[in-house]
Amino acid sequence: MLHKHVDSDEIMKHAQESPVRNHTDRGKHVTTLAYGSRYATEGIPKFKLPEQSTEAQAAYQLIHDELELDGRPNMNLASFVHTWMEPEADKLIMENISKNLSDQDEYPATMKIHARCISIIGDMWKSKGAVGTATIGSSEAVQLGGLAMKKRWQARQKAAGKDTSRPNIIMGNNAQVALEKFARYFDVECRLIPVSAESHHCLDIKKAAEACDENTIGVYVILGSTYTGHFEDVEGMSKELDRVQEEKGWDIPIHVDAASGGFVAPFAFPKLKWSFDVPRVKSINTSGHKFGLAYAGVGWVLWKNEDFLPKELIFTLTYLGASEQTYTLNFSRPACFMIAQYYNFVRLGRQGYTSIIKNDMHNAKLLSRALENCGYFDLVSDMHRAKGVFGYERASGLDAIKESVKGITEYNEALPVIAFKLTDDFKRENPHVKQAAVSTLLRTRGWIIPNYPLPPNEENIEILRIVVRESFSQDLVDTVLSDIIWSVETLAASESGFDAEVFAQKTDPIQHAHKLDHPAHEGRKKKYGSQC
Amino acid sequence: MVFLTQVVSDARINETKEQQEEAGMLHEEFSTSVYGTRWAGQDIPRFDMPDNEMPPDVAYRLINDELALDGRPSLNLASFVTTFMEPEAERLISENASKNFIDYEEYPQTCEIQNRCINMIARMFHAPMDSSEEECMGCSTIGSSEAIILAVLAMKRRWQIARDEKGLSKEKPNLVMGANVQVCWEKAVKYLEIEPRYVSCTEDYLIMSPEKAIELMDENTIGCCAILGSTYTGHYEDVKTLNELLEKKCAETGWDICIHVDAASGGFVAPFVCPELVWDFRLPRVISINVSGHKYGLTYAGVGWCIWRSKEYLPKDLIFNINYLGADQASLTLNFSKSASTVIGQYYVLIRLGKSGFRSIMTNLIRISDHLAACLEKAGFQILSERNGRGLPLVAFRIKTKKHYDEFDVAARLRERGWIVPAYTAPPNAEQIKMLRVVVREDFSKSRCDLLIRDILAVVKQLDAQDAKTIQENRNNHPSAKQRWALLRNIGSVAFHHPQLEGKERVPNKTNGVC
Repeated sequence: MLHKHVDSDEIMKHAQESPVRNHTDRGKHVTTLAYGSRYATEGIPKFKLPEQSTEAQAAYQLIHDELELDGRPNMNLASFVHTWMEPEADKLIMENISKNLSDQDEYPATMKIHARCISIIGDMWKSKGAVGTATIGSSEAVQLGGLAMKKRWQARQKAAGKDTSRPNIIMGNNAQVALEKFARYFDVECRLIPVSAESHHCLDIKKAAEACDENTIGVYVILGSTYTGHFEDVEGMSKELDRVQEEKGWDIPIHVDAASGGFVAPFAFPKLKWSFDVPRVKSINTSGHKFGLAYAGVGWVLWKNEDFLPKELIFTLTYLGASEQTYTLNFSRPACFMIAQYYNFVRLGRQGYTSIIKNDMHNAKLLSRALENCGYFDLVSDMHRAKGVFGYERASGLDAIKESVKGITEYNEALPVIAFKLTDDFKRENPHVKQAAVSTLLRTRGWIIPNYPLPPNEENIEILRIVVRESFSQDLVDTVLSDIIWSVETLAASESGFDAEVFAQKTDPIQHAHKLDHPAHEGRKKKYGSQC
Repeated sequence: MVFLTQVVSDARINETKEQQEEAGMLHEEFSTSVYGTRWAGQDIPRFDMPDNEMPPDVAYRLINDELALDGRPSLNLASFVTTFMEPEAERLISENASKNFIDYEEYPQTCEIQNRCINMIARMFHAPMDSSEEECMGCSTIGSSEAIILAVLAMKRRWQIARDEKGLSKEKPNLVMGANVQVCWEKAVKYLEIEPRYVSCTEDYLIMSPEKAIELMDENTIGCCAILGSTYTGHYEDVKTLNELLEKKCAETGWDICIHVDAASGGFVAPFVCPELVWDFRLPRVISINVSGHKYGLTYAGVGWCIWRSKEYLPKDLIFNINYLGADQASLTLNFSKSASTVIGQYYVLIRLGKSGFRSIMTNLIRISDHLAACLEKAGFQILSERNGRGLPLVAFRIKTKKHYDEFDVAARLRERGWIVPAYTAPPNAEQIKMLRVVVREDFSKSRCDLLIRDILAVVKQLDAQDAKTIQENRNNHPSAKQRWALLRNIGSVAFHHPQLEGKERVPNKTNGVC
């Protein structure tokens, strides 16, 4: 065998000079750990798609580290949205993360679970034969409910040969922004009924009935006002509307926005009549991601039966021999959160849901009484007061509460929400203390407890609000109470007022961009309550 | 130390047990694995909530076993929706699953990440960047459906305002689009009460013709939709010509009709595969573009984007300024609370891949779909889709010569082998054309493609060998058609579980629902 002499040095030299190296050079960023990559010093791409790829690990680490700046979900007492699920549920979510809920043909088992969820919720809301669909959240659900009411009204008006150009819808002005969005996006006049202390800061059913006319497509009744947690009176509204029908002949339906209360009322107040057992209630929506105890991304809307869902709104798709019917605003969307909801149904059962919501109510009452007891606060929410007793003037001071609670096991029906404000006495003695500052100071301890005005007509009253969720244990009640007292006393002791505005100011780029050149925009800047 | 032990009598053990039982401390269910518990022997709760709780592992296992009946996402060649992401991305998604996207105040960084995505996507679409007064706007959505409804809403409102100013009637808005649009356009016009004007397709031109579109327009036209990547055949519609014709028409008549580009599928393909194609904000009449992040944006289902050229095209009364949990924010969405994880997933993809990464993935997809098209052509099929990157990376094909079986039979047979390759009819006016479609996604590699080709050839051979009668019999009792349908009906799997609702209105009206 003959061998040729190989000069390895020479070959290496050639190889190094070879232009080919420029091509293999692409990998040069890919070798090091995340913090050794170019982005550790170069700045993360913000406005332009970067030219080059990044190592997966580095991209992960950078985004992960950025997101550390986000708040801690558990100390956020502002939001109704659920932030904790069991590890088993987390596992189910991740296993099904790539499934598309709109692909009904491909994922029949997922569809089966969807059908079961509708059944379970329908049954919980006392209806046999309800139809419904999963949504992204209550916003989509509320709009679907409103749209169905609009179409039903149009059909009725057309049949009677009447005008269909000026529909209107009625709701309290404590309504969440999604309800007003429906009115504006779908060209329906929005008749907002002002709230007052007499109406418990939510829908005034008498005034609502007065505002009806033949062009009223329906009334949104909110089960669980986001401001103060009060339940609006569904049964009372239904009776008022019965009276309207008797007198004027207008048949006006109710849509219940039970975004927060849909999973509270059936377990905490099983005797309360608010769902499909009230004849005028034709559709209900709820958020699975609030007291349904699933992560953000699942809501539900149900109609009493298919007669109340106009056929023209339903799209029938045919695909590979299977026929699919849909009524949603979104199309492709993740299926995993809906699966997580079913996990909760199966795992918890009635017993589990009941014990969780009872715990929430218990903790909320405890904190309410403690806040009232400490003397600095009036409680605007009434969930800790005996049934039928409303208003903070009537029950401030411990003795009054003790009196009202003695021997009584029934409380006002409401969400486990605490809305409170500084007492007038305290404000008189400490004129330099702004209530917003309490909220700002609590942030330094990690708590997020928002401070905002009640809806227009009562906007001079500002409230602080705490939502008691599953993850808010009695231990946290203790801690938050002492921190609230600490912040009030710190503020009272401080010489000058503590200007919360400076701290709270933040510019939102989107809003900022829109403000430019739009002075008119400034003028009509109404504040919408959107606490959810 | 005492080495004297008292033996515990059975009586005493029983006594303690009774005490524990009374206190509810004894759970007999703990001994066995999931399948030994009483729940495994019972029906899983289906129609109402069970009265009692069950242990988490049992609930997990039961649901997991149910879901095993779902199809395998990666073999579903019908859908554009992404079914693969890197483990690092999945980790980010699972870490952030509990975050509520809308809660800007609580999760400011998540909001910042959305803003960055919009910046990147707007630049990718060549939005005008030269003036600080006229900056473009955008928002994230759940998918293209929400984005399209928002865009249509903006066009409608803009038209209404213009009509109001001139004191003209605003009773009868209409929207011009090709008959090949995805179903969500039909939804948008129906829900928002706009008259749809469809440009009909012909047998040799399955997308919207700009000339015909112009003819359908009048003073009540709120806008025109152009599709970048028809879901039927993957063709890009000719936005450039449409723009030119519109400019001319508007100059003649004084109308102000603009274009929305539905780039649900093509938005992340065209900029990398054929950057020279002019379809985006480079054209002055294009005022808004939507794109699905969960299609060729390579993120899991649940993210889409809508970009407007400037705030001029986004009437301000659609934007709600809200005081959310103490902070002011502007909101334009149909959904409110939603998961933040997919937006974060999208940002991961954008910075992980960069332009070079997108380019190499998209080029590979085009190469694979060309390969598939070439093989199918050789096997005697007629290819209806574009090649060489002039369309989406998908292959739409039909049987060339008249045979005793059709495309639906091929699809049904492929399904038996695990592949989901949909068969459908072309848009109205050309519905006599039947076709099959394979969507080439990121996880459809060359080797998987070869397996598919092998199976298609085998199916064709099998069908060729059978006579018409056997095929007809097969059709009648095929699991993927009739039985499956029946099965679906039994379990009430369609969105509305009520049995009475089904059976009514079975008339199929649209076939391109899947995307």
